[in-house]
Amino acid sequence: MTGGKDERPLTQNIRPGEEPLDIEAYLRAGGYAALRKSLRGMTPEEVIHEVTASNLRGRGGAGFPTGKKWSLQPADDDARAHKYLVVNADEMEPGTFKDRLLMEGDPHQLVEGTIVSAFAIQARVAYIFLRAEYTLASRRLQRAIDEARAKGYLGKNILGSGFDLELHLHRSAGRYICGDETAMLTALEGNRAIPRAKPPYPQISGLWGKPTVVNNVETLANVPHIVDRGAEWFRGLAHGEDGGTKIYGASGRVKHPGAWELPMGTTIREILEEHAGGMRDGYGFRALLPGGASTQFLVEKDFDIAMDFTSVEKAGSRLGTGMMIIVDDRTCPVGLLHNLQHFFAQESCGWCTPCRDGLPWVERLLAAIDAGQGEMRDLEILEMHTDFLGPGKTFCALAPGAMEPLESGLKCFREDFERHIHLKRCPWR
Amino acid sequence: MSIVDDTCVLSPAEIEAVTALARQYEARRGACIEALRIVQRSHGWISDDRLREVARLLEMSPDELDGVATFYNLIFRRPVGRHVILICDSVSCWIMGYETLRDAFHTRLGVRLGETTADGRFTLLPIVCLGACDHAPTIMIDDDLYHDVDAARLGALLEQYP
Repeated sequence: MTGGKDERPLTQNIRPGEEPLDIEAYLRAGGYAALRKSLRGMTPEEVIHEVTASNLRGRGGAGFPTGKKWSLQPADDDARAHKYLVVNADEMEPGTFKDRLLMEGDPHQLVEGTIVSAFAIQARVAYIFLRAEYTLASRRLQRAIDEARAKGYLGKNILGSGFDLELHLHRSAGRYICGDETAMLTALEGNRAIPRAKPPYPQISGLWGKPTVVNNVETLANVPHIVDRGAEWFRGLAHGEDGGTKIYGASGRVKHPGAWELPMGTTIREILEEHAGGMRDGYGFRALLPGGASTQFLVEKDFDIAMDFTSVEKAGSRLGTGMMIIVDDRTCPVGLLHNLQHFFAQESCGWCTPCRDGLPWVERLLAAIDAGQGEMRDLEILEMHTDFLGPGKTFCALAPGAMEPLESGLKCFREDFERHIHLKRCPWR
Repeated sequence: MSIVDDTCVLSPAEIEAVTALARQYEARRGACIEALRIVQRSHGWISDDRLREVARLLEMSPDELDGVATFYNLIFRRPVGRHVILICDSVSCWIMGYETLRDAFHTRLGVRLGETTADGRFTLLPIVCLGACDHAPTIMIDDDLYHDVDAARLGALLEQYP
């Protein structure tokens, strides 16, 4: 069966402002059907096959095909006895609030997705790595985990299948770098969260040196629906090649900021105009970051781009988290870039020199320009940094991510930069 | 407020909680962030003595644990007020009025970011994106998230935190 464009599997149980479904209500709504179907009737390979065929791509921002990520694991029996699944719930990308919605709104969906995915990769222990500030999600997830354990969906010999799984909620203490999958593993081991060199990839040598898969919350929330209703149905939900729905969002000076589950590949125009209601009265549109702080700016001529991984990349940006930050015409773009680079400079883990020293330099240059103390030469130094801190020059993706809005911002807002320099003040203040 | 701490051991309940947590990890130290949080919950911050005690329980050196503790935004190695106010300074909140809100807190509390009020009631800190950008500007007070925060109405909000 093929999915319809009006189906909203991820948010079907979510009632904003109300308590989420407890396990009994979730079961009545058809929940844990995928758990029974997979553990009783499918092999782990069949689950991986279905997810691969669904074209589910990682929803954390990088868009790596989930089935392929799962397939990269070593298959020997020794590795099978010690594998980990880590759920990346460290949602700290500025402008992004989709995983919070899913965890607070339907915690059992994530628990079920985690169990089914752990079965697929044959992990015996799973951790949900949750950011500290998500206190409501923490309480609701812990209750869902306890309820699932009491029902026998966690623990030894789940549903008589011979499959064992322990699921722990690990709460972090606030550091953006933990969202990098290798830094997350270092953090879980109780060390400073410094990213690791790849290869070896976590699927080969991850948590405590054991094969480990790290998946984003939204990614795993899709898995029960794929198992339950099939890859073909899942692909049919989307407008383009990347399967499923996507939680899109918009923040900034739009009429109705929020998050919406829509077919993957919905255009920017539809999200912005129909769902976010367009700009607030008195504000004009300037630019947007399509998927969090570490993506390239898009402008009005890009409105008909489909928000899927391939299309946004073709337009010179990245889908990222799919949560758009809208820049209006009464916000200073230089000040905004200063704000973004302050974030990245502060959140650099300090391990590699280009990031540790380069980002604060960028931040100081932008602060000077914003304060009316910049020189034209500073723009060249900033451009130089977009190369020095770009892909391949640093240990992890933090600094290259930081350079995405800077590189495109320098082009997009060139006039604004020059006005600050020539006027020796911020024209917006 | 003095940085000298006169109690130097954890309570039996804290030791039990940390020990139970440590079983969830292949190596005990995996529990270190949550262990620090347990201690911080009772005492507000992590003194050197308590840090050493937690390190011993988790088979880490105090310096290793301090390396972890000082890495994170929300583990406090210095005394803080009875309530900690976190103001989101990331991009969506910045667009929607972070600077006005921060200045309103400065005026009302008489402290700058990173400082504690003289009566020891509030510590004011910046925080990165709280993940509620559709309702910016946002803050947290202790474990509670507040969104669409109106700089003109801080008084009523703060009264809830004596």
